Amino acid sequence: MSRLNDHNVVVAKEIIARYPKKKSALIPLVHLSQQQNGYVTEDAMRHVAELLDVTPAEVYGTASFYEMFRFEPTGKYLINICGTMSCALMGGDDLMHHAEHTLGIRAGSTTSDGLITLQHAECQAACTEAPTLQVNYRHRYRVTPQAFDELVADLRAGVLDAEVPPHGSLGRTRQQIPADRAVGAHHPDDVTEGPVWIPVSPA
Amino acid sequence: MSDETTDTPAPDADVITDEVVADVEAAHGELADEAEAAEAVEAEPEPDPNLVTLNLNGRDVAARKGDMVIAAALQADEYVPHFCYHPRMSPVGMCRQCMVEVEGPRGPMMVVSCMTPVADGQVVRTDTPQVKRAQEGMLELLLANHPLDCPVCDKGGECPLQDQAFSHGPGESRYVEEKRHYEKPIPISDLVYLDRERCILCDRCTRFADEVAGDKLIHFISRGNDTQVMTFPDEPFVSYFSGNTVQICPVGALTAKPYRFKARPWDLAQRESTCTTCSVGCRTVIQSSRDELLRYQGVDSDPVNWGWLCDRGRFNFEAVNSDLRLAAPMVKSDTGLVTASWNAALRAAATLVTEALADGGPDSIGLLGGARGSNEDAFAWAQLADSIGISYRDAQLGDGLPAGILGLDRATIDDAATAATVILLGPDLKEELPVLYLRLRDAAEKKHTRIIEFSTLETGM
Amino acid sequence: MSTFNESTDRVVSPYPWAPGYYPSDRPAIVTSRFQYEDGHTLERYLATGGYEGLRAALAKSPSEVADEVKNSTLLGRGGAGFPAGTKWGFTPQGVWPRYLVVNGDESEPGTYKDRLLMECDPHQLIEGSLIASYAAGLSQCFLYIRGEMPLAHERVATALNDAYAAGYIGTNILGTDFSVDIVLHYGAGAYVVGEETALIESLEGERGMPRLKPPYFPAAVGLYGQPTIVNNVETLANLPFIAKEGSAAYTAIGTPTSPGTRMIAVSGHVVRPGVYEIVNGSTTFRDLLYGDDFAQGIRDGNDLKAFVPGGGSAPWFTADQLDIPFEGPQAGAAGSMLGSGAVMVMDSTTDIPAAALTLVRFYAHESCGKCVPCREGGTWLYRLVQRIVDGYGTDADLETIRQVGESICPGDMPHASSERLGLDAVPFPYKMTTICFVGPSAYVPIHSALTLFPEEFEALVTKRAERRHIPVMAGVAE
Repeated sequence: MSRLNDHNVVVAKEIIARYPKKKSALIPLVHLSQQQNGYVTEDAMRHVAELLDVTPAEVYGTASFYEMFRFEPTGKYLINICGTMSCALMGGDDLMHHAEHTLGIRAGSTTSDGLITLQHAECQAACTEAPTLQVNYRHRYRVTPQAFDELVADLRAGVLDAEVPPHGSLGRTRQQIPADRAVGAHHPDDVTEGPVWIPVSPA
Repeated sequence: MSDETTDTPAPDADVITDEVVADVEAAHGELADEAEAAEAVEAEPEPDPNLVTLNLNGRDVAARKGDMVIAAALQADEYVPHFCYHPRMSPVGMCRQCMVEVEGPRGPMMVVSCMTPVADGQVVRTDTPQVKRAQEGMLELLLANHPLDCPVCDKGGECPLQDQAFSHGPGESRYVEEKRHYEKPIPISDLVYLDRERCILCDRCTRFADEVAGDKLIHFISRGNDTQVMTFPDEPFVSYFSGNTVQICPVGALTAKPYRFKARPWDLAQRESTCTTCSVGCRTVIQSSRDELLRYQGVDSDPVNWGWLCDRGRFNFEAVNSDLRLAAPMVKSDTGLVTASWNAALRAAATLVTEALADGGPDSIGLLGGARGSNEDAFAWAQLADSIGISYRDAQLGDGLPAGILGLDRATIDDAATAATVILLGPDLKEELPVLYLRLRDAAEKKHTRIIEFSTLETGM
Repeated sequence: MSTFNESTDRVVSPYPWAPGYYPSDRPAIVTSRFQYEDGHTLERYLATGGYEGLRAALAKSPSEVADEVKNSTLLGRGGAGFPAGTKWGFTPQGVWPRYLVVNGDESEPGTYKDRLLMECDPHQLIEGSLIASYAAGLSQCFLYIRGEMPLAHERVATALNDAYAAGYIGTNILGTDFSVDIVLHYGAGAYVVGEETALIESLEGERGMPRLKPPYFPAAVGLYGQPTIVNNVETLANLPFIAKEGSAAYTAIGTPTSPGTRMIAVSGHVVRPGVYEIVNGSTTFRDLLYGDDFAQGIRDGNDLKAFVPGGGSAPWFTADQLDIPFEGPQAGAAGSMLGSGAVMVMDSTTDIPAAALTLVRFYAHESCGKCVPCREGGTWLYRLVQRIVDGYGTDADLETIRQVGESICPGDMPHASSERLGLDAVPFPYKMTTICFVGPSAYVPIHSALTLFPEEFEALVTKRAERRHIPVMAGVAE
């Protein structure tokens, strides 16, 4: 059963409460399910639909728009190699060829031991440090073939767990809004006046 | 829309004239609506304060305030090619086919006419070289990935993509790359099949399912060139209104299983009629070929169904052709029901009525006419009842309470859809009067009608 | 394409926690804390004048603060360059609530600045968001950060938690009646979501497809249908300085039409690719590419072939345009735009068709699919260019590219002048049949490449008279 577990349901409800309208929490909740299960499952999408009062088709339709959501089992480590202009100018294509050759898979596939999934990616906002790649979205800069080999060796040896959590985990610190400090989210239909600090007369 | 119906006298809808049938035959369903609506507007006796005047291709035309330029153009007989626009749904401006030039402060601007409201003094051109180039460009781009399915596609012959490619397209495509491929077709419900290769992603079906029917079971998935319409796995498009998506799809992406491969549109004989599956009485056109009923399509009738049909009514023709249907009268005899001739059956019925009259007079007979017949049916049995002298007669069949019971006047569908408050006592509208449910749902979504429902069951509302 | 550069002969930036950033003697308005490894902590922030801008703002009325921002003529840093103070003024009177959405979805090719700001100085962004919310009467603020930046998520989340605890966010900030929540929201991987209306759609939990403008201008009808201000991260990062030092101090730097500073990422074939905070308006592209303080020239002593001046969507420049300064109107007249402050440099070893392909592929891949010209036209362009780069193109394909491009961008397409080819510049912007700029951006790179380097394409294609067949399966990618 890949529905959100009890702990995650609590987190989910807290996230939903931050938005004026429930559906805004769709992406955060699908991220939460991917963090729990390693990828986005049908049961998780059904559960998210229940929590948000939308249909599963809406959850699936929205989630499938975004590239970070994977709908099939993924390796523990997702390696995204950038192929956009700045990285390509600095040898990003050669790096991808080297990666495919070293791992023995084409981009878009997972190694047979299920450890590494390799993907083409687009600009990762690190253009001056080209060519770059991301391991579970953690950046690696100026990656030479040798550096790539070292990275794979480290991943296989499991020595990078502190730096690189399994696929699906993003920021390991979550925002917490303390209840005594929160203004709270209000449905826009329920708000009839301007905020308190704005003078009532039109400026 | 609702203001229009209370001000405008409804067109003489009960008379099926040859002109009406010809209009329906000559154009697609939605173009017929425009022609009807245009007649309604031009029948106005005095100038409407809600009208504006715009200059369209050099001549002044009147348009209703709040309408989009495309509606004004279509009503004024200046055809603007379009796909995603549908007069009964919100405009989205996605297909970019309806681009026209509107004069702006910095010269002519190309805008999508389905999202540009009319304004007094607006100068619009639909025929400049720039507009034509843009129209041809959009059609060429749409045809780039569209499969060459016309010979085997249900929509051929009544296909807006075919027609507009012919009238506004470039004539040749330069696309030599590989087109995108999907498994074709796939059933998305028992009634509707989806061919994603043909789909031009106009958002009409998904918008209908969301905005009109409230069954958001189909949705775009994925992104960019890989976008497809899809259901959630194991949750088919089970909606009481799914057949409408087949009718409004501008290509053959959505096809109806009961009609697939049955006929070509030019083979069909058709007559406008009224659906009798429930007492809403939606306006339909009945199509047949070689004396076999093949299809019902919805006709946009402003006071009734706005072009929509429910699936029960739309696919009812299957019952007409069914083996289970009574094809001849039957009379009860000692051995059970026995097939009889019409003469014998009518004589038997007349005998029963005559005997009852002799025994207990007219008040010993009650006549249940049924609420699902057309007005003509009702007239006929009422006349029969009058001639016999029967005063106990009823037309309700569980469809609702008699109108006089709360001391309120009878209301039309339009009255209900423009009322401030509607109170539902008991019926599950979605089950029993589906298209009325659609009309009231629209009124509630547009926030001008409050609906209060009293029911002992969970209903579709 | 280019051969792989071993990292040993590349310059390393001085602050390992801010890779690529190089400080200088120039004024550092937004990157002042990059020198500190703990610049992202509340302690360091407060020790270096943090939240003083907020205090100064709260001592004035909201409209005074808004006027200050307007007078500073701070230009938006997301790519459109629209003055922020003017944008705030577009919200209609008396319509509540209003929202602030911070656009942290940095994905434009070549752009690398917002991530640095979020990772190295998140409190500055928070303070800027608070000042904007105060000035424009915004009831809730949503910080939309691109999904693929988990370190930024962590830093910003920690900063938000610390700021809430210390009373800088939430109810009754610093003892005044200014109250606002800032909600952190991650994206999930879609470049198109960087467009402001697509960002709002994504924040509503929908597919990130842009809305039509008109009528859906965010300031009028935005998030949940309410007036919404969408500002880029760097734009907001300037507000603490403006609020604390005043608009005059801001306009004292740069030029009258392009005041202040801005962050530029120079990448590609230069000696020192890096992120630089430059003086706006007066710095030229020549300064940027060749200055000692900046990229220090083309690598390996090669010549400059072409460069992209403003992120992947900008038409290309060549050496002919090096003396254009960072002034929006001048760049526009020269046929391109300053965009998001990303300069990608190509030297003489560059295979121009292959370089153009990377950008055409990017925009075709990132198309949202809503409108026909981008969805069908962008992908068609990608297939065409891929086939040409693979060697299966014809001269007819070059013409088809122009025709498909014209269906996306009717009329004259902006491009730079070329002395070598005797071409005059066609000024920016283009017309588009699409809903947003992503579709045209698929055409821009190949149009620039074809216009400025036609001989490279001619050399790749076969002339129709010579061709015998087209292998249609060629060039099918993915």
